[in-house]
Amino acid sequence: MNLQSKQTARSYAQIEKGTLMKNQVLRSVTYFFLGLWALIVLFPFYWMVLTSVKSYGAYNSEYIPRFFTLSPTLENYKEAFTAVPLGKYLLNTTLFTLCTTALMLVVVTLAAFAFARLQFMGKQIAFVGFLSLMMIPNELVIITNFVTITNLDMRNTFQGLILPSVMSVFYIYLLKENFEQIPDSLYRAAKVDGTSDFKYLIKVMIPISKPTLVTITILKVIECWNSYVWPRLITDDQACFLVSNGIQEIRENGFGRENVPAMMAAVVVISVPLIILFLAFRRKIMDGVSRGGTKG
Amino acid sequence: MKIVLQNLTKKFPGRGRKKREEVVAVKDFTFEIPDGTLVGLLGPSGCGKSTVLNLISGLEQPTEGKIFFGEDDVTDLPAEHRGIGLVFQNYALYPHLNVKQNITFPLENLKGNDKLTKAQMNERAYEAARLVQIEDLMERKPGELSGGQQQRVAIARALVKNPSVLLLDEPLSNLDARLRLQTREEIRRIQRETKITTIFVTHDQEEAMSISDLIIVMKDGVVQQIGRPQDVYDNPANLFVAKFLGTPPINVFHGRLLDGQLCIGEEAVLSVRELQAPSFGDVSSSAGNASGAGNSEVLSDAARQDVYVGIRPEGFIVQEDGPFSCTLKGVEVMGRDISVLSYNNASLNPTVRSIIGAQYHVDAGSGAVRFALNPRKVLLFAKDTETRIK
Amino acid sequence: MSLALYQPEVSVCFGRQMGINMKRKKQLNNNMNGWLYLLPALLFLGVFMVYPLIDVFVYSFEEGYHSASQTYFGTGLYNYSYVLHDPYFLQALKNTFLLVMITVPLSTVIAIAISVGLNSIRALRDLFQTVYFLPYVTNTLAVGLVFMILFQKTPYSDGFINLMIRFFGGTSVDFIEGPYWAKMFVLCFYTIWVVMPFKILILTSALASVNRDYYKAARVDGTSRWRIFIKITLPMISPMISYLVITGFIGAFKAYSDVVALFGTNLNAAGMNTIVGYVYDMLYGDSGGYPSYASAAAILLFIIVLTITCINLLSSRKHVHY
Repeated sequence: MNLQSKQTARSYAQIEKGTLMKNQVLRSVTYFFLGLWALIVLFPFYWMVLTSVKSYGAYNSEYIPRFFTLSPTLENYKEAFTAVPLGKYLLNTTLFTLCTTALMLVVVTLAAFAFARLQFMGKQIAFVGFLSLMMIPNELVIITNFVTITNLDMRNTFQGLILPSVMSVFYIYLLKENFEQIPDSLYRAAKVDGTSDFKYLIKVMIPISKPTLVTITILKVIECWNSYVWPRLITDDQACFLVSNGIQEIRENGFGRENVPAMMAAVVVISVPLIILFLAFRRKIMDGVSRGGTKG
Repeated sequence: MKIVLQNLTKKFPGRGRKKREEVVAVKDFTFEIPDGTLVGLLGPSGCGKSTVLNLISGLEQPTEGKIFFGEDDVTDLPAEHRGIGLVFQNYALYPHLNVKQNITFPLENLKGNDKLTKAQMNERAYEAARLVQIEDLMERKPGELSGGQQQRVAIARALVKNPSVLLLDEPLSNLDARLRLQTREEIRRIQRETKITTIFVTHDQEEAMSISDLIIVMKDGVVQQIGRPQDVYDNPANLFVAKFLGTPPINVFHGRLLDGQLCIGEEAVLSVRELQAPSFGDVSSSAGNASGAGNSEVLSDAARQDVYVGIRPEGFIVQEDGPFSCTLKGVEVMGRDISVLSYNNASLNPTVRSIIGAQYHVDAGSGAVRFALNPRKVLLFAKDTETRIK
Repeated sequence: MSLALYQPEVSVCFGRQMGINMKRKKQLNNNMNGWLYLLPALLFLGVFMVYPLIDVFVYSFEEGYHSASQTYFGTGLYNYSYVLHDPYFLQALKNTFLLVMITVPLSTVIAIAISVGLNSIRALRDLFQTVYFLPYVTNTLAVGLVFMILFQKTPYSDGFINLMIRFFGGTSVDFIEGPYWAKMFVLCFYTIWVVMPFKILILTSALASVNRDYYKAARVDGTSRWRIFIKITLPMISPMISYLVITGFIGAFKAYSDVVALFGTNLNAAGMNTIVGYVYDMLYGDSGGYPSYASAAAILLFIIVLTITCINLLSSRKHVHY
C-alpha cells in the first residue's frame, strides 16, 4: 500500500505543481468574490456621498450619472439644514436616544440584579414570565400602545416616544447571565463587611460588568437612532420627528422640488454619527451583536 | 518506511504589530528514523515537537531543509499525498458521524484506481476496528464514547488507509492515569503488529521511555539527543537531558575535579579512575551527530575543572563510613524501597532525593546520613556548556 | 432554610423565639427587596407589553370598533373575515411570502459562501469584516433612499442601475414605479443587503470556532475541499445555520421599514404592502382608525410566524447534526 514507492519523483513534482496552481486559482477567486461583495456594500455609501456634493444643477443635467465630480460643493448640506429642520431632527433623535438608553440601563440593571443575586419568593416564576415575553413580537403590542398613548394625550411628546421604547427583555437576560458569573464569594465578603445590596450593585457588580453594559448601551443606541415605526405612529408634528421620519418626510414632501443632492446630504448627515460610533467601537459592537442581538 | 530529515528548519514570523521577531520552532534537524520503529519525540511543552510532527505530516512547510520518506523527497508534497496517518491530541473525531463513518471517512476520499467499493470499505473498517478492539462500538457517536475508546477510534481512523507512517500527537495526555498505562501498551502492541514506522510526541518522559524503540529529546527547537531509551538515560548528552529523564529526577551538585578526585563540597567522593571504569555493558551510543554525545573525552588524572555532578537517585548507597555526607531531612517508606530526603550545601536542588533498597535502615532521627556512590550513576557535566564530560 | 431557622441565635432560652421572629422579618424584607428591584421593569412590561398583549386579542374580536367613538357592536370573528377578504391584505400576504421565500434561502447561501471565503483568507480579512458589517449600523430608511435613487428611472435620468443594464445590452426598467417583478427584485436585493451583516457575523464566528484539527485530519486523509465543506464544515455549523434560518424567517415576515424606504408610505398604491405595513395602515394614516382590523391582521401574522417557526424547529431537529 505504499503510495510513495510506486510513484516516481516526476509525478511528485506534478502533484506539487498542481496543488500550488489550484491553491492560487482558488485564492484569486475567493478574493474576487469577497471584493465584489465589499463593492456592493460600499457602493451605496459612495454614491450618497458623491451625489451629496454634486450641485443641484449639475445633478439634474446628468442624464447619464457620472461616477465622480470635479466641482464638489457643500451647498447641499447648507440646504439640508436650512430648508428642512434637519438640525431639529438630529437634536430630537439625540435626546430620544439618550433618555431611552439611560432609562433602559437603570431598569435593566435593577431587574438583572434582582434575578441574578437576590433571593425572593416567586423569582423563578417571574423569570420564566420575563423569558416568555422575549418571544412576543413588537407588532402585536404596538397597536394597543398606540391607543394607550393616544388616549393619554401623549402623541407628539417625548414621553410618548420614550416610554414604550425603554424595555428590552433580552438585555435583562444578557446582563443577568453576566452578573451570575461574578463569584458568590464577593457577595458574601461584601455582606460580612456590612455592605447593602444596593451599594454592592453600584460598587462591585456594575464596575465588573462594564463591558457588557457598554455593549448593551451601544446596541440600544443603534436601535434608537434607527427606530422608525413607533415614532412614525406617534408623531405627526415635524417638531417631534426623529431622523428616520425626517428622511421619509424629506423624501415625500422634500425641498419643495425633487432635490436629490440635498436629500443625499441629509442622508449622509444622519448616517455619519452611527458609522463613527461603529468604527470607534468596532470589536465591542460586533461581539455584542454576535452574542445574540438581532436588529430592531 | 524509513524517514530522513535533513537540516530541517522552521521559522514562524513574529506575531503582533510592533515586534516582528521570528520564532525558530525547529532548528537544523538532521536524523534518520529506521523503518518499522516506534519513536518517541520528547521535550518540554513549547519545544517544537508538534511542529516537527506537522512538518513530517506535510501540514506545515519547512523554511529550510528536506524530508525523505524512503528514498523519495517529499518536502513539498501536500499532506494528502504522503500516505500518513495522524492521531490528534483531542482525537478530532467528527462529532456528527458515528464510529464506522469516522473510520471509513479517509477511504471515501480515495480516487481513481484506489477507489473502493462499499463492501471493501466495510471490510477495511472492521479490520482496523478489530486491531484496536472496538468492533462493538461501530454504530455509536463519538460523544457516547469514553476517552480511551475515542482514542482507539482515532487510531483506527489513522490506520485504515494503511499509512506508511503513523504520527501521534500527545496521544495519551487526555486520558486518566490508569488508562494511560493501558493505552500505551496498546499503542506498542498495534505498532508491533502493523510494523508501521510510528512517531509519537509527548512531554512525559516515562511514557516515551516505556514504549519507544528510540527517543529523540528536544529543547527549544534543537535536538539534544537521540538513542535507545536506556542508553539515553544512562548516558545523557548534557545536563538538560539528564534532568529531563528519570523520576524522581537526577540530583545535581556543584563539584570539582582535583588531583584525580571528584569533590562535592569539601568531600572527595570518588576517584576519577573509578568514574572512568568501563561500565554498563555495551555503550554503543546510537546518538548520531547530536550535540554533546560521543565527545566525552578521557579525563586525565591531572584535570582540574569545576563541574556539575549529577547523581541518579538509585546511585546512592547508604554506608556508615561513606565519603559523602548529607543532612538528613526525612525518610519516605514506599514499601519496595525507601526514599531518603536529605540536604547538602553543594546541591542545586533544595532536597537531595535518593532511593535505597528497603533492606537498609536509616534512622530518621539521627540528623545525618552518609553515602557511598555508584560510579555508574554519577555523571559529570562541564560548567560552561553543560555538556557531558564523562 | 428550615435548618437555618432553628439555629439558636442567642443562648438565652427565649432568644430562640426571638431569633425565629427576626428571621421571618428578614425573609419578608428579602422578598420585598427583590420585588422592589424588579418593580420598574415590571411596570414597563406590564403597561407596554402584557396589557397590550391581552388587549390586542380583545380588539380583534370586537366588531365595528371605532377609535374616535370608542364603541363597538358585538363580538365575533368578523374582523378576521374582513381582513382575510380584503384584497389589500391578500396582496400584502403574497408580497410578504414572496419576499420571505426569496430572501431567506438566498441570503443564507450567500452568507455561507462569503463567510467560508472570509475564513479562508488572512490578508484584508479584518477590513472585509468591517466593511461587511456597515449596513447593520446604518439607518434603513436613509440607505433605502440611496437604493431608490440608484434604481429609479425618472424623466431626467435613467439612474445608475439602468445605466449598467444598458451597458450590458439590456433595456432599462423603472424598478421603483415600474413592473411588479422589478419592484420585487429591488426589495429582495435591498432586504438581502440589510440582513447580510448579521448573518455573515454569526457564521464567521461559528466557522472560527470549529476546531482546526478537524480540517487537519481531513487534509491528511486527502479529503477534497468540496467534501470537507459538505461533510465537515456544514454539519459543524449547522446549529448556527438553523438559528439564522429561523430568525431570518421571523425577520423577513416582519418586513416593513425597508419597504417604506424604497416605495414610500403609500404602499397599497404601490402594490408593495407587507403584512406589517397593512397593520400600520389600518391603525394610522389616511386609511387608519381601525385598530380591530389591525389587531386581527397582527394576530394572523403572529400565527403564521409561529407556525413557520415550529415547522423550522421540527425540521432542523432532523437535519442539525448534534
